[in-house]
Amino acid sequence: MHEASLMQSVLEEAGRQAGAHGCSVIHLIRLRVGALSGVVPEALEFAFEALKTGTPAAAGRLEIERVPARARCRVCAREFELEDPAQPCPTCGTWDTVLVQGRELELARLIAE
Amino acid sequence: MCVECGCGQVERFGVQPLQAPPARPVRLVEGEAHAHIEHAHEHVHADGTRHSHPHVHGTGHEQDHDHAHAPGEHHHTHTHADGTTHTHSHAPDAAHSHAPPAAVTLDLHQPILARNDRLAERNRGYLRAKGVLALNVLASPGAGKTTLIEKTLAALAAELPGAVIVGDLATARDAERFRAVGAPVVQITTGTVCHLDAEMVARGLEQLDLDGRRLLWIENVGNLVCPADFDLGENARVVLLSVTEGEDKPLKYPPIFRSAHAVVVTKTDLAAATGCDLEALRHHLRAGAPQARLFELSARTGAGLAAWLDWVRGLTRH
Repeated sequence: MHEASLMQSVLEEAGRQAGAHGCSVIHLIRLRVGALSGVVPEALEFAFEALKTGTPAAAGRLEIERVPARARCRVCAREFELEDPAQPCPTCGTWDTVLVQGRELELARLIAE
Repeated sequence: MCVECGCGQVERFGVQPLQAPPARPVRLVEGEAHAHIEHAHEHVHADGTRHSHPHVHGTGHEQDHDHAHAPGEHHHTHTHADGTTHTHSHAPDAAHSHAPPAAVTLDLHQPILARNDRLAERNRGYLRAKGVLALNVLASPGAGKTTLIEKTLAALAAELPGAVIVGDLATARDAERFRAVGAPVVQITTGTVCHLDAEMVARGLEQLDLDGRRLLWIENVGNLVCPADFDLGENARVVLLSVTEGEDKPLKYPPIFRSAHAVVVTKTDLAAATGCDLEALRHHLRAGAPQARLFELSARTGAGLAAWLDWVRGLTRH
């Protein structure tokens, strides 16, 4: 997967945002990663350690908030958490569901100074 | 180091037009310009309080967070750059750490792929202006992407002429096949990159003559993982799955199947020979891609192709 290139984008954007707020050091980067984003949090952590050197986040910390996948049933409108990516509606048993959460890949927060 | 996979090889992608470039190349790749999108987001605090407010990215509202603590009290008042003010209280023992005085907390909530998403929107707008409908075709290597596109181009040549952007790690072999059926084609060689992104497609579009074309087929790099995250500016996303790949594939690669507008089961003429349990496959597709239109066909024999062609025709009527 391309976790390293995603982390490269994260570090560039974090540096840009920190700079825009007059900051040169990034203490924390928090990401939100959906269960169905196709991205492996462990690989992001590995990429962060490998790529942070020489960036404002060199001494910073990475936090990854995992966002569970949720779907809404198109028959009975119930919203439920998808523990398994392929899961019928727990109320009416239909497979006819739409994903409402779980594809997030988001730079959520920075703490910088 | 390659930022895609960590290997030692560093390459840039290449674009090979197989016909004359347009007279006025279009510039689709923007520079550093950055759109600040206003949106709402929700905060959840340690005490369970939730509230949401709109804000504009990059306006520095975060610096205006005013944490006025009276001793012994745990009320906060936040004032944002857009004028929104809200107050909330914390339970005395709730975790609520403040960064050192000089540090600022920036709540950004922006997609990591924001740049790709912006370029994808540009591609979509450009294609709409040209009257071209784009389909992003994704599958594992060897599922039959090239053959299906080839047959579809030929079948619809008169009513919905198409053009193709095809991505592969190397060679222009697929592009040659499309050119043989009379379609303008651009081959993108991605080097070691495992997916197409919106910038590669934008560069490809600069080289592609779309005059008189109604459909753009984007054949992605053969891969069921990475391409799922990258919007290219397409109108519909088609995921292929051949009967030789195993009935449980939709369960093994949930992100890509969940993102498909249509799933095409290919090589159905081989189903018996490979012992593919089509009923089980259908069941797994209903579970793993409930939002998608399903087609079963053999591009080689033509069986089942008519329903697929009708669906493509239907897309252009919307």
